Amino acid sequence: MNRMLPLIGFVLLAGLFGFGIWWNTRHDQREVPSPLIGKPAPAFSLPLLDDPATRVNKAEMLGQPYLVNVFASWCIACGEEHPVLMQEARQLGVPVIGYNYKDDPDAAKAWLNEHGNPYSMVVTDRSGATAIDFGVYGAPETFLIDAKGIIRYKRIGPLTPEVIADVLEPKIQALKQESP
Amino acid sequence: MLPELGQFALVLALLLATLQGVLPLLGAWRGSPAMMAVARPAAIGQALFVALAFGLLAYAFLHFDFSVAYVADNSNLALPWYYRFAAVWGAHEGSMLLWMLILNLWTLALAIFGTRLPEVFHARVLGVLGLLSVGFLLFILLTSNPFTRLLPPPLDGADLNPVLQDPGMTFHPPVLYMGYVGFSVAFAFSIAALLGGGLDKQWVRWARPWTNVAWGFLTLGIVAGSWWAYAELGWGGWWFWDPVENASFMPWLVGTALIHSQAITEKRGSLPAWTVLLSIFAFSLSLLGTFLVRSGVLTSVHSFAADPKRGVFILIYLCIVIGGSLLLYALRAPKVAGGKPFAPLSRETLLLIVNLLLTSAAAMVLLGTLFPLIGDAFGWGRISVGPPYFGSLFILLMAPAILLLPLGPFARWGRAEGRLLVRIGLQAAVSAVVLAGVLFAARMSGVPSWRAILGGLSSLYVIYGVLAFARKRWREAPRGRRYPAEMLGMLVAHFGVGIFLAGVLLTTALSVEHDIRMAPGQTETIGAYGFRFEGVTHTTGPNWKADQGAVQVLKNGHPLTVLHPQKRTYERGQVQTESAVEAGPMRDLYVALGEPLDNGAWAMRIYVKPFVRWLWGGGILMMIGGFIAAADRRFRLRREAQANASALHADRDPQPEGAQA
Repeated sequence: MNRMLPLIGFVLLAGLFGFGIWWNTRHDQREVPSPLIGKPAPAFSLPLLDDPATRVNKAEMLGQPYLVNVFASWCIACGEEHPVLMQEARQLGVPVIGYNYKDDPDAAKAWLNEHGNPYSMVVTDRSGATAIDFGVYGAPETFLIDAKGIIRYKRIGPLTPEVIADVLEPKIQALKQESP
Repeated sequence: MLPELGQFALVLALLLATLQGVLPLLGAWRGSPAMMAVARPAAIGQALFVALAFGLLAYAFLHFDFSVAYVADNSNLALPWYYRFAAVWGAHEGSMLLWMLILNLWTLALAIFGTRLPEVFHARVLGVLGLLSVGFLLFILLTSNPFTRLLPPPLDGADLNPVLQDPGMTFHPPVLYMGYVGFSVAFAFSIAALLGGGLDKQWVRWARPWTNVAWGFLTLGIVAGSWWAYAELGWGGWWFWDPVENASFMPWLVGTALIHSQAITEKRGSLPAWTVLLSIFAFSLSLLGTFLVRSGVLTSVHSFAADPKRGVFILIYLCIVIGGSLLLYALRAPKVAGGKPFAPLSRETLLLIVNLLLTSAAAMVLLGTLFPLIGDAFGWGRISVGPPYFGSLFILLMAPAILLLPLGPFARWGRAEGRLLVRIGLQAAVSAVVLAGVLFAARMSGVPSWRAILGGLSSLYVIYGVLAFARKRWREAPRGRRYPAEMLGMLVAHFGVGIFLAGVLLTTALSVEHDIRMAPGQTETIGAYGFRFEGVTHTTGPNWKADQGAVQVLKNGHPLTVLHPQKRTYERGQVQTESAVEAGPMRDLYVALGEPLDNGAWAMRIYVKPFVRWLWGGGILMMIGGFIAAADRRFRLRREAQANASALHADRDPQPEGAQA
């Protein structure tokens, strides 16, 4: 029996990998239940891209719902998402904060100049330290945070017009009715 | 036409690999010398065809053949020739071909230099390697063909990832793969021994030099990767615990355990099952490392998700190779403990403890790397664990190993003298404290951090142990037999561990990092060093434009050197930082350009990193140690083959007990 242990261990591991592959093919719409949903967003204090001396913290953002969109100039999928944001961001009725993730500020600025800037403001997290608190897995990701600073929705991967229309907008509408 | 020829060469290689994988194993089973004789020519032929395919892909890159999709995706007209050559392994398809080529090189070496092995054993080893090739060639041909055409061909290609456009990166993957794939030899030896049954310890002696060389290459590969991250990513960091790094680190940890375990089994006959298992693990983790990065199991959210075919193929391959070999292990592993008995306090026990620590560390890294996946599986959401998890657990697991390290060589096989070990340990600890005290008093003002103290202490503790053992040998052993290559290798590698420890802990503790705004003419002072920012000019390279800063470095007011950090923009718009480093044995001065601010001022990163070179130096010493040990005369096969033919049990070690590492 003792000699079977390594084999059993490997079978479990292989099962996990099989699950991983299956999971990735099934979850094409990339809806990931985040353990943070329904919990307060982590405290953060991040510098603005345009003005690194000014920092934005969580307390300042309380009082209205907002979206946080994690992006980076090196991220290819963000390029796919970007035109969608350019089109839809202004019509969502909530501020969309660009969260520039592990990126070179220059590259980020150049990227926004080239492709347009859909964000109401852009904060930077060069080291990705705050992103760990948010459970960011990679760019792009989008968080919906309510007026009390609680994470209500998270999406991993690019936003598409369908996701915005079918999921995000109803959630935003619901939040707006909740908050005074 | 030529790319099709490359593909055809791979098909021919696959046919030869099938012959090499099937016939010799059948022959060894049925006792047919004719079938076993197929192994060598098939292995040599296979290597030639894979090398041809590799050469044709390189040719396509060098001649801008953009009708090949892989070439068009990873190079363009402006890319200099050396990066076009390195682009062969710059992305998935080509790096798989490189992996394959290196597997062929190892097989070829074994086919040529292994002829003194017993015929049956040699046939089995080559057969196992042939089977590994079959799977890999199928993977390349079915899911990752680098020769796929792109019609109509574009006028110009895309670009090689600028992160890879660096001398360090051209050199890093081949060396790393030499290590990864090199463990396939130890793996094939173990499988051949399991297949042959009657597992005597002879095969371990044959496997040892191969394992040591593979381990040396893997060490160098990791060092090169770390150095490249330091120089290229612009952060001054040298290790990030990201999945790609972990993928190379896990086989290294298990490989380190393996080379120690092989020493026990070869010298004393003990723990043969453990050695077999570690050989399987080391190669399995190498495979896992290669694939984890590639399969989309971990990285899927971003890029690879589109192609589950690769992931499924990889999973099947892993199941056959790893599952199959572990099944074989379960059925055939030596039933009796075997070997000479050893007391609870003996070199065997110490090595076993260290091996368990190393293996646990590898398991810990594996768990951390797979954690996001496990989170999914149990519905906890995607949670990734970061450097705090790895860093703290790793230190916890390695600290006891470091404490035992100087004692190992002093402990006798079979039964060690407790009093001697305690004495050596205390001597080492006391001299470390004294020396560290003197050094810190001489070099620094103020109270250094606990990390710096710990770094100095642990490093001196290890180095004292190594030197004390070297001195003991010098005094006690007769001339000419003082330092056999195997022992010299061990001493050099252990010395490397000491240097590495100093590098890691002192750098972490003493580095000064200033991220500041600098206007031209402004000077920033760190300790004895002044950094005067002279401004930024423009410069161009073959396929990039750059802002290049000039920073005059002063030491105590006297000019030392001028550093030129760059911020490059490649043709396709990617931005890449090129830091400028003034390297020295005691400190690195590291300057990187951040972003432009107003009035010609720039955000700059200026780091003084004491002892940072030591951590790579330590790694290189470890590698050299591995190579030296592999060259030991005892491992040469001439005597073994004869001894094996005449008397199977004429393998008692001629050296007195405890005399050898």
